[in-house]
Amino acid sequence: MDANERAARNKKINHAIKIIILVALFICFIFPFILVVINVFKTKADITSNPLALIGSHGFTMKNFPEAMQKMDFWRSFGNSAIITICSTILTILFASMTAYVIVRNKWKACGALFGLMIASMVIPFQVLMIPLVSLYGGIFGILNHRATLIFMHVGFSLSMATFMFHGAINTNVPISLEEAATIDGCNRWQTYWQIVFPLLKPTIATVAIIDAMAFWNDYLLPSLVLARKELYTIPIATQVFYGTYSTDIGLVMAALLLAMLPILILYLFLQRYIVEGVTSGAVK
Amino acid sequence: MNTNTASYKCKQYMMFAGVTTVVFAAVVIVPFLYGLYLTFTSWDGVSKSKPFVALANYAATFADSAYWQALGRTVIYSVIAVILVNVVAFILAFLVTSGVKGQNFFRAGFFIPNLIGGIVLGYIWKFVFNRAFVALGESLSVGALSTSWLSTTNGAMLCLIIVSVWQYAGYMMLIYVAGFMSVSADVLEAAKIDGCTNLQTIWNISVPLMVSSFVQCLFLTITRCFMVYDVNLSLTKGEPFNSSVMAAMHVYNQAFTYKNYGTGQAEALILFVVCAVVGVLQVYVGKKAEVSA
Repeated sequence: MDANERAARNKKINHAIKIIILVALFICFIFPFILVVINVFKTKADITSNPLALIGSHGFTMKNFPEAMQKMDFWRSFGNSAIITICSTILTILFASMTAYVIVRNKWKACGALFGLMIASMVIPFQVLMIPLVSLYGGIFGILNHRATLIFMHVGFSLSMATFMFHGAINTNVPISLEEAATIDGCNRWQTYWQIVFPLLKPTIATVAIIDAMAFWNDYLLPSLVLARKELYTIPIATQVFYGTYSTDIGLVMAALLLAMLPILILYLFLQRYIVEGVTSGAVK
Repeated sequence: MNTNTASYKCKQYMMFAGVTTVVFAAVVIVPFLYGLYLTFTSWDGVSKSKPFVALANYAATFADSAYWQALGRTVIYSVIAVILVNVVAFILAFLVTSGVKGQNFFRAGFFIPNLIGGIVLGYIWKFVFNRAFVALGESLSVGALSTSWLSTTNGAMLCLIIVSVWQYAGYMMLIYVAGFMSVSADVLEAAKIDGCTNLQTIWNISVPLMVSSFVQCLFLTITRCFMVYDVNLSLTKGEPFNSSVMAAMHVYNQAFTYKNYGTGQAEALILFVVCAVVGVLQVYVGKKAEVSA
């Protein structure tokens, strides 16, 4: 066997080893999800007797779903989560991009101060703000238990990061000559922004939308502090409360967990490429 | 039009950044300052009056041994989890950038845990640890698996670490993937011609050129691990015997369960300072280690 042949064979073996490791790791990564999926179609007794069996001895059942749906009030919490996520994301994008624009294009002191404060505030974790937030908005203003309050807070917390990202995008991707041309054609600042600058920010808008929407959808701590009434629960709160009440009814728990995951997994199936790209470009900035 | 007058500037600023300024101030700046003030009061969360107590909350914090235990536990957990997350993420990133077939599929798959909130993840793993592992242990008669890991002190910590690694590795992998991609093919080829083996190339060429990826991943994992709450709540709930209560959960309980808002806020502030110092120090050291090709 000559050296070339040996090198080729080594390469093949190398490749095969990598694939085997990857597949093994992949199975480890999705094993918990597979477990939920195989147990959700079993009766409670079957799950307890053998959670690893593919099909329980009592056979295949769909009963867990309707019961879990009804008990966690799935559609209502889904609706709450959807409204809150969509409104917060849109508002964040609008306000953050506008703010970034005025900050980039003007060297005013107020802009510098705002931007500096925003950058500095990004290191503050939510746990430092949760107690004063509850005490201010619950104790003094008494406006907890409204979806609008939660949206307001979501927007407030995500503005810094979003403004920072739009700041970078406007700096690098929006040529100032384009804006000057618009001014000469008679656009004022407001028109220039909406007709020239905002459309050019599309890639960053997508990135911010993906990162923030995922964060809003999955957030538990802030919503749980703001929304204490059952009819306002978002999916994470509903899951937490459901588990607290029905933790022994393991079939229902499986169904509830799967239901809580499904919306975002279905979305991921279609938008997978955009989500992976968005998260990467958001993190690397 | 004169664009250099105060009224023009003011109008422009309010038009574009007015709402942002108000919302940002109302949600971040004011609560932060108000939180500082709260640490000097003893408020129970109900009464209208907030008696001024000077430094009593800080004294209470220093005397609160449960808090320092929780903080120590959080540090241990964070150190182990941060190292493992980054090692696993780096290996994953290497494997999915090495030209294997279907690498995009693997990338997408490893990222899945990040899509789902900590509460749901915690309950899924609780089922895995409590039922699936135990069933596996019984059927294979492996002693170490036959009782739930979540029921022992060290086991609960181990479970938290496993779930964190599983949860964050896919996300950090994406950042390392971007790092691997940014290393130019010319440099790698030059190393190969000079006789570097695969491992030598990674260690001597890729890693030094990817320092900024490491800095970023470390910063993200450190801050996330330090502030862990959701998974802690759903997976262990602090049990057994409060032995897995992390610092963030302790702060939450101090304020919202025991109604010591002032002390809770003081403890949150100290947690924040520790976390910020570690995070910023790490970035500072990391930036110095950066090299360019």
